Amino acid sequence: MADALRSYALIAAMWIRAALAYRASFLLAVLGSFLASGLDFVAIMIMFSHIEVLGGFTVAEVALLYGATSTSLGLTELLVGNVSRVGARVRDGTMDTLLVRPVPVFLQLAADRFALRRLGRVTQGLLVLAWALYALGPVRAAWSPAQWALLVIMVLSGTAIYGALYALGGAFQFWAQDAAEVQNCFTYGGNTMLQYPPTVFAAELVRGVTFVVPLAFVNWVPASRLLDRESPLGLPGWVDFTSPLVAAAACGVAALVWRIAVNSYRSTGS
Amino acid sequence: MSVALRLRRPSGVYRAVAAGSFRRYATYRVATAAGVLTNTVFGYVLAYTFIALWAERPQLGGYDQAQAVTFVWIGQALIGAVALLGGGFQEELHERIRNGDIAIDLYRPVDLQLWWLAFDMGRAAFQLLGRGVVPMAVGALAFELRLPTDPAVWLLFLLSVWGAVVVGFAIRYLVGLSAFWMLDGSGVLMLSTLVGIFASGMLLPLTVFPGVLGEVVRWLPWAAMLQVPADVLLERRAGGSAVTGLVFQAGWAAVLLFAGRLAQSAATRRVVVQGG
Repeated sequence: MADALRSYALIAAMWIRAALAYRASFLLAVLGSFLASGLDFVAIMIMFSHIEVLGGFTVAEVALLYGATSTSLGLTELLVGNVSRVGARVRDGTMDTLLVRPVPVFLQLAADRFALRRLGRVTQGLLVLAWALYALGPVRAAWSPAQWALLVIMVLSGTAIYGALYALGGAFQFWAQDAAEVQNCFTYGGNTMLQYPPTVFAAELVRGVTFVVPLAFVNWVPASRLLDRESPLGLPGWVDFTSPLVAAAACGVAALVWRIAVNSYRSTGS
Repeated sequence: MSVALRLRRPSGVYRAVAAGSFRRYATYRVATAAGVLTNTVFGYVLAYTFIALWAERPQLGGYDQAQAVTFVWIGQALIGAVALLGGGFQEELHERIRNGDIAIDLYRPVDLQLWWLAFDMGRAAFQLLGRGVVPMAVGALAFELRLPTDPAVWLLFLLSVWGAVVVGFAIRYLVGLSAFWMLDGSGVLMLSTLVGIFASGMLLPLTVFPGVLGEVVRWLPWAAMLQVPADVLLERRAGGSAVTGLVFQAGWAAVLLFAGRLAQSAATRRVVVQGG
């Protein structure tokens, strides 16, 4: 395990050195990642230039939701984002090279073309999160240490849940190489959805992202405790703290499916 | 008629390029299905946020709630055809300039700009059918949309979509040619996509943008890519106003295609083919 992680770090470090060789390009790419992620927040700010509350949530509350999911997704993209290139690798045959190396395939794929520029999205998410904490003022001032811990747990669990989705999406590409975009529905589509309050969406949709694809545990469920609100769908209060368990279960399922996918992979040969 | 015979007529070449491009994009069936799924999911999510926004502020930006939701689905239906989130040919052109294959393209007895225009038309025609129809139909089934019943409005809309594709092409052609002057053009590609998302109406209808910002973006060429066709279909632009919209698109298309010509002739003077 330690060896595997060391290999991951070595591969990632190599790609970071490569990216930093073209400093101007790298800085431009970080800026691009920052802006691309920030566009959604611009939309939210334009919306709030016309309204006071959206689905009953104030701009500071929406910013907390937005900051949490953006930071989580940004961290996932940074750490394992390139797992979504499985399809391309199967198609051009370079997957075989990875299989013969003595490092877990998942970690090699995750570290391959490690893109430090994705810190742009992480930074953007953290900035919005920081602003949300400032703007929440009295609500935040009343937080207990447990709630501060929940804030950190929320972002880390969210990262793991998104990571499980990336792994599942990557596994799916062993069977359908051209379907890289399918996982965007769940990752980027989910992220867009989670930027807005659950009260905005139809109940079936909220139920779907709570019980089927557990996206609601990225931010909606834990944030309801931070914002002193009802859990979405009126779930009992203790559910607010279950994000890490949900994340662990999601990662377990993803690991299992990944294993099946890799084992069922048949190279096309020469 | 054999291909060789058909190609002897100059207009036949471009028709063949467009048809070939249509077939090329039609080959990727799984990718198309995945794209349709993604557009539909995003359509759902954005439609609900628009419903919430318009519930707070009815008539915001001059649309009622049904029109606002329709705007979302028009955007999702046009993402592929108008290449609103990137995609299209510019990355390929970029790569051909970078690796020198452009020399072969220039050697051919066809015009580079018209070649790529024909290519992009074929792509857009496929993506309008392959990626546009299903999300629009799903949207119409799941939400209360405001779609016109008059076939003339639909025809006008198609004309406006064609204008949107040409303006989009003209912008992306300029972006692609920038590779002649820049070693690494990925920054320009990304920046142009971001501006496109922001200023086309993909983010929010441009009529919702506040103050001077709103005034400015409504006059920029990107407005021709989504805001104008959407307003034609929503009959916010009807009659004379619809014609003005089409003239607006034609004007920007002419200016940008001409700029593309200038850039092309400046660029081709720079080409130095290395090696023997």
